[in-house]
Amino acid sequence: MEPISVIRSRTVVLPYDDIDTDQIIPARYLTTTTREGLGDAAFADWRYDEKGQPRPDFELNQPEAQGCAVLVAGNNFGCGSSREHAPWALYDYGIRAVISTEIADIFRSNSLKNGLLPVVVDRDTHAWLLANPGAEVSIDLGECRVGLPNGHEVEFAIDGFSRYCLMNGIDQLGFLLQQEEQIRNFERNRPWQP
Amino acid sequence: MSAKSLFEKVWDDHVVVPESADHPAVLYIDLHLTHEVTSPQAFSVLRERGLPLRRTDLTLATMDHSTPTLPVRSFRDLQVVAEPKAASQIVQFEKNCAEFNVTLHGFDSEHRGIVHVIGPELGATQPGKTIVCGDSHTSTHGAFGALAFGIGTTEVGHVMATQCLLQRRPKTFAVNFEGQLGDGVTAKDMILALIGQIGVGGGVGHVLEYRGSAIAGLDMEQRMTICNMSIEAGARAGMIAPDDTTIEYLAGRPMVPQGAAWDEAVARWRALPSDPGARFDREVTVDVSALRPMVTFGTNPGMVVAIDEAVPERSDPNFRKALDYMGVTAGRPLAGHPVDVVFIGSCTNSRLSDLEQAASVLRGRRVAEGVRMLVVPGSQQVKKAAEARGLDRVFTEAGAEWRESGCSMCLGMNGDTVPSGQLAVSTSNRNFEGRQGQGARTVLASPVTAAASAIAGSVADPRPYLAN
Repeated sequence: MEPISVIRSRTVVLPYDDIDTDQIIPARYLTTTTREGLGDAAFADWRYDEKGQPRPDFELNQPEAQGCAVLVAGNNFGCGSSREHAPWALYDYGIRAVISTEIADIFRSNSLKNGLLPVVVDRDTHAWLLANPGAEVSIDLGECRVGLPNGHEVEFAIDGFSRYCLMNGIDQLGFLLQQEEQIRNFERNRPWQP
Repeated sequence: MSAKSLFEKVWDDHVVVPESADHPAVLYIDLHLTHEVTSPQAFSVLRERGLPLRRTDLTLATMDHSTPTLPVRSFRDLQVVAEPKAASQIVQFEKNCAEFNVTLHGFDSEHRGIVHVIGPELGATQPGKTIVCGDSHTSTHGAFGALAFGIGTTEVGHVMATQCLLQRRPKTFAVNFEGQLGDGVTAKDMILALIGQIGVGGGVGHVLEYRGSAIAGLDMEQRMTICNMSIEAGARAGMIAPDDTTIEYLAGRPMVPQGAAWDEAVARWRALPSDPGARFDREVTVDVSALRPMVTFGTNPGMVVAIDEAVPERSDPNFRKALDYMGVTAGRPLAGHPVDVVFIGSCTNSRLSDLEQAASVLRGRRVAEGVRMLVVPGSQQVKKAAEARGLDRVFTEAGAEWRESGCSMCLGMNGDTVPSGQLAVSTSNRNFEGRQGQGARTVLASPVTAAASAIAGSVADPRPYLAN
């Protein structure tokens, strides 16, 4: 995983509330056995019609949306299934951070393990971002701050451990494997066995 | 010692390394359920790193999401009836399970079925356990007083390699269901009403505990329906304290402790319910006496009304987008809206009692002309039990299709889909855009409401169809 420190990008805005994982990647793409190449499936049913033609009115299909690495979404992004294919697809498409007022638990957890930064901001900042698509923002993971082009800066919260892993580009399995001794003790000493 | 909630007791019992500012808690997992869709990339990680699957004895596998619901007796059948990519995913899963010594309930197993149906059925799901699966509806198992939640594929790999997960402790949320359910009103209507009340993000960051007189009166299958949809309120887990109903359900199941170990387990389970005075971060109360059968009208499970209640009129663009997608008119009840497909199945409502309820409405009646009705039992065991009771004949004589077990039309991965623009009344859990097929429209409802709608050919109140 590539280390993250600062993400600078124009935003693309999807102003819809409760965008679920079936929109982020429809279930028919989940028959894959790898995690690569899912960018084409990101928002597939919103991006393409049933003949596979791009839908001209969809936000991600606009010329100015090309190359944007920061997605601003309506309230409560990523609800629904546990499919990690959702952050895999967004990352492969080129998204590096998602900003909303609330991000669903499993989607957030999956994103943090794949170099995709979930950023929760207050309602006022969110409203400004929704109203200003294409704004050049800067997300500083070291400082936990989002900088807006109007000079405004807001803090965001992120679990310290996940932040450390993201900034150093390391995965969390290594940490768990180092706990082997404690895990073995737990298994030996617990009062009942599953 | 301070009063603890059910969740706190189970959590505390599984902390291997406590959480700190530097890292989340290392939480031990007692049961890892796995299926073909969310595991392949995790098996690949084990292979890349040369790691064994640490506790094969605490791992249970089945295939359910992409499996066809037409009969498959061999891999040759599979190549014929399954989508090519789904077939290769299933074949890969067999190989992975064999290579890593995981017990797999595959096509040759009489215990194959939806992972959240077979766990309880086998007695692998037990009170006080931590249970995970790469599937958000793992919350189902909370009905037994287990702490059960869905995880992503990276975490599936963590559990395979270490039997542990890194987790921050969630907040707690007590949901009191009080009162007595009326005829034709079910657990499905209770959970839909709750989601309508607190919203699809209402439970984010929390573990729900369902309690109160209305929960105590439910059987285990209805309790599973409630816990199953916790995730639809944004909560990763929902729990119900074990009681006599729980213990009676588990007694004699293949994977429960035997002999003296059973008595010890029961004594331990009896101590799990929340202590008097246990504190919760949030609490709501729902009076179920006033509930009517519930149906969703929009594109998330929080957009829900009673069957005879008008769909609300709101001007916000998200709301109007959902109604446009659904082809539903605001200001009118959903009852009477034409139906193309009826699906009875999914980890929410595919157990024997769900099928019995649907059959009680259909018995001696016909599915309306032009409506396709698909009935998919939750497991091969449910299928066998239903056939022993003649339920399959009730369905087929009414004009419905009776299938092999699997997730099927809940998420349309196996070829069972709702055509674009058509409307399905479904006993599943998600009415998201395109969930049941590209362009498909979904109305979530209970098995009796779904069955009544099949007969009427339009969204229908089940109560006039119930036998007295």
